[in-house]
Amino acid sequence: MASPESHRAIDAIWHIESPRIIAALARVTGDVGLAEDFAQDALVAALERWPETGVPDNPAAWLMAAAKNRAIDHLRRGRRVERAHGEIGRDLEAERERAVADLDAALDDDIGDDLLRLVFTSCHPVLSREARVALTLRLLGGLTTAEIARAYLVPEATIAQRLVRAKRTLADARVPFEVPRGPDRDARLSSVLEVLYLIFNEGYAATAGDDWMRPQLCEEALRLGRILATLAPSEREVHGLVALMEIQASRTKARIGPRGEPVLLLDQDRGRWDHLLIGRGLAALARAEALGGRGPYALPAAIAACHARARTAGETDWARIAALYGDLAGAAPSPVVELNRAVAVAMADGPAAGLALVDALAGEPALADYHLLPSVRGDLLAKLGRPDEAREEFERAAALAANRRERELLLARAAACRAPGRGAGQGP
Amino acid sequence: MRFLVMVKATKDSEAGVMPSEKLLADMGKFNEELVKAGVMLAAEGLQQSSKGARVRFSGSQRTVVDGPFTETKELVAGFWLWQVKSKEEAIEWVKRCPNPHEGDSEIEIRQVLDISDWGELTPELQKMKDRRENFAKQSKK
Repeated sequence: MASPESHRAIDAIWHIESPRIIAALARVTGDVGLAEDFAQDALVAALERWPETGVPDNPAAWLMAAAKNRAIDHLRRGRRVERAHGEIGRDLEAERERAVADLDAALDDDIGDDLLRLVFTSCHPVLSREARVALTLRLLGGLTTAEIARAYLVPEATIAQRLVRAKRTLADARVPFEVPRGPDRDARLSSVLEVLYLIFNEGYAATAGDDWMRPQLCEEALRLGRILATLAPSEREVHGLVALMEIQASRTKARIGPRGEPVLLLDQDRGRWDHLLIGRGLAALARAEALGGRGPYALPAAIAACHARARTAGETDWARIAALYGDLAGAAPSPVVELNRAVAVAMADGPAAGLALVDALAGEPALADYHLLPSVRGDLLAKLGRPDEAREEFERAAALAANRRERELLLARAAACRAPGRGAGQGP
Repeated sequence: MRFLVMVKATKDSEAGVMPSEKLLADMGKFNEELVKAGVMLAAEGLQQSSKGARVRFSGSQRTVVDGPFTETKELVAGFWLWQVKSKEEAIEWVKRCPNPHEGDSEIEIRQVLDISDWGELTPELQKMKDRRENFAKQSKK
């Protein structure tokens, strides 16, 4: 019987090798679902054999060969069935033979292009967002269905079904296994970046005490981002996304206080930031900017970098942050971005300048239920020595806040505004 | 999780003997694999211990001891910092590393202490976790 140790070793090898095996097989079969089945067969064979024979010297080659044999069996069986039915066309047979030959060639080639094809296929817009996320974690992250389910706090059967449907959708839609070129490419790349950032944020939203699988999503998204940056090094927004994730991940330890409470960016102990990740993030940002990256990931990364570079909160370059939010608002206009710009402007040029921008957002329907709008307005009014108006805003914000801890904080600030001449407390 | 992967020193590395061209090329290729797999966070080779020093602490006293140090096998000649999913994965990567020295050598794998390793959950954290999970379950309904 297999020991748990050898199973764990096989798991580890699988995590390293499975994306490459699936990618190589998918190029030949043109079907990622089929490719994954063959790769799975190879894993099952390894789980049966290795505990007795020991892990081979080159486990990657062993797994690849086993998967290839399954694929060839499949191709040959298909041919025999057709011959039995007497329906075989010469062309079809020649095609099959070529496929077997291709398979050999494909498995010897550099796998990089195939991996990139697998990335684009897993994140294909024909799939729902949820399906793209699950398929990416499964095929590229090498995570098991159970691991994905744990990370997303849903039953395993839900993820299993989502994966089956996703693979069927790709096959039914005859999605080609390719790296998109031409006008399609930018939209397809955005879909890839969106999927990675969704995975990252799912993990980043986890707090201390959550299942370890959730923070693991951050690591997985970062790892996939770093891999993507080596596969598509000329794509500036890929480096932008990696920069953004590295810098955000650098704050993981500092953003949660000793009692599990969230700690706001400006209040964080910068000594607890991960300076290795900051360095990596700044380097990725430099690569993005050298390629002209000023897009939806590179700009937020540049803003995050302003905070990362400041040794103390007081040294933050707010004027630059305000300008970057201005650029971001130009590239992707959004009232939330505008609100953030108002905060930065208030820090750079004083609360009156910030308030003018916030007031311009007053009738914005997208912010009607957004508690941070009155919260920011209240803060600026308090700083301007208008406590009565500030109190009203904090109370309005408290009524909108979904999170209890946040609501308590806002009510406390509202109460502080009642004290004569007070209320200008902590920032938002 | 992160692992510090340390290449132990040998007589040659302590004598400042540079690795062969072939080893440098093989090591370069291995490092490239690590980068391509998204595993590599940092990598450095170290100068021999004769160029280093130790600071010994005894109560409030500090004593500086200059290198070289004699216990060669316990010294570190270089290190990586990797991000992997498990210790087994780190081991698997180390097995793929070219022998870092001529002859016998050793690589030591140590897991980096993480936020999630701070012992058992405090009751407060456990409560938060339960609340989050309940909330997540309800919001999925």
